[in-house]
Amino acid sequence: MNILVCVKQVPDTTEIKIDPITNTLIRAGVPSIVNPFDAYALDLAVRIKETNGGLITVLSMGPEQAKAALKECLSVGADKAILVSDRAFGGSDTLATSYILSTTIKAIENKTEKFDLILCGKQAIDGDTGQVGPEIAEHLGYAQVTYAEDITVDGKIVRVTRENDDRHEIIETQIPAVITVIKTAYEPKYATIRSKMAANRVQIPTMTSGDLDIDLERAGLKGSPTKVKKTFTPQLKKSGIIIKGETGSESALKLISLLSDARLI
Amino acid sequence: MNILEDYKNLWVYIEVVDGKAKSVGLELLNPGRRLATINNEKLIAVVIGNDVYDIAKIAIAYGADEVILVEGLEYKEYSTDGYANVLEKLVAKYKPSTLLIGATNNGRDVAPRLSCRIKTGLTADCTGIDIDEESGNVAWTRPAFGGNLMATILCPNTRPQIGTVRPGVFKKIEPDFTREAKISREKIHTPKEEIRTKLIECIKETSGELVNLEEAKIIVSGGRGLGKAENFSLIREFAEVLGASVGSSRAAVDAGWISHINQVGQTGKTVQPKIYIACGISGAVQHLAGMNSSDIIIAINKDEDAPIFNVANYGIVGNLFEVLPVLIEEFKKIKNDK
Repeated sequence: MNILVCVKQVPDTTEIKIDPITNTLIRAGVPSIVNPFDAYALDLAVRIKETNGGLITVLSMGPEQAKAALKECLSVGADKAILVSDRAFGGSDTLATSYILSTTIKAIENKTEKFDLILCGKQAIDGDTGQVGPEIAEHLGYAQVTYAEDITVDGKIVRVTRENDDRHEIIETQIPAVITVIKTAYEPKYATIRSKMAANRVQIPTMTSGDLDIDLERAGLKGSPTKVKKTFTPQLKKSGIIIKGETGSESALKLISLLSDARLI
Repeated sequence: MNILEDYKNLWVYIEVVDGKAKSVGLELLNPGRRLATINNEKLIAVVIGNDVYDIAKIAIAYGADEVILVEGLEYKEYSTDGYANVLEKLVAKYKPSTLLIGATNNGRDVAPRLSCRIKTGLTADCTGIDIDEESGNVAWTRPAFGGNLMATILCPNTRPQIGTVRPGVFKKIEPDFTREAKISREKIHTPKEEIRTKLIECIKETSGELVNLEEAKIIVSGGRGLGKAENFSLIREFAEVLGASVGSSRAAVDAGWISHINQVGQTGKTVQPKIYIACGISGAVQHLAGMNSSDIIIAINKDEDAPIFNVANYGIVGNLFEVLPVLIEEFKKIKNDK
């Protein structure tokens, strides 16, 4: 099994706060992490490798700092890491990003061998689009399965447990395929001090547009059909009626009488 | 680059599951009508499936001016390859200016495949759609950064403009089953070997409780404040008395107390019930993003400063283990009196 996992370094959006005065995001001091869904994808890749053997490569597009995320991936089971980075890639929307990543995947494959599986997190927790995975599949002309909770591989057959709105599905496809991964039932493996130190010593190669057979008109802002017109912080509605300082049963009865007054019950 | 002027009319994709139209498709006919009217376009529903003529008629009842219907045995179950092929061929033939797709798992599976194939812009998981006054483009508004930030996105230079829109954001209009409109059948076949995925098994939740959160009228949700998995029985009991669906915060899912299928929030489901009851949920912005457009929000939490109280219409600051049993008993009495 030759497995590629696409990862993104993201700000930990659970740590983001809104400045109450300027009403803008406070990004300073927010830690950068491996996108959690990508970490689940990598963990599934490691589990697939444990039963099928193989090699796991992690690929990230981003600035030089994203190598920290790639090192984290190396410390939990990835064998190889590659960063693709170029100033011409800045401002890419999902179509441009997936184009750059698929071009990079082809370049890596030309130098080594084809990937059997390409795994991505279902979405990155900053952009929250969930589009790059399926778009990579389209660029490469591969089959796709999204929202995977579990993956098993038997020869060329890939069996995916997929979450679909109010149900689970078992989907079969064949390699090569692109699969996007949700939170799995597995506890992702932790890095050890040794694996962290080993990962830190790795020199991660950076590929740039010069290493790719790429049309730069299709990358970056120029290559992005969607444009951000404006951003703003969401407004929450005003507070309602709060019952406090009463016993559990008093407050329950008070709530019922309020709901009844409002003709809600 | 395609010529923008050649592209006309607003399409709404009506997703069909188990022979029924998903609510979101019918919901989208409502804002779709408004946008189509502003740009002087027709509102056209697209229905794909096997034996789904009835769904076309339902789309007309909910406001479609016309329906494009594609039927085939190969479309009985959703597949990325089959459905992307149909949508690609339809777009090439009819050239719509805009395509709205419900942001269900299948909607978010097919939309990027399609938009990438025809090299146009796609905006994910929108909670607002409007027409940008300056340009006449669709202005897609969506949450990002875990619901901390909203962004308005345009797709000015390529057509169609495509967006996936969250279920539960817009309300369906009152259906009029006497309405009549044209239903155009299109024959598009996808050869078997081109459909590379196969649905082997479909496992519906068997826990007995209602999990169709997107279409629920009442939802009782539990969070970290429940303390342990067993205490979810209190939430389930309350939900059963109310005929409600059971939801949860991410914390409860992460703790392994309940399935991700029940999760409400940015990385779970977006819901808009008439009544949403949050029990032991602090109200992280990610959770609020998934439920703050509910009609009435009731929150029970022991922490007075919990952000959930900022969006609650009614709040109880107190111990949910003392409050819930009384509420359950009282609602049982109310139910029995009826």
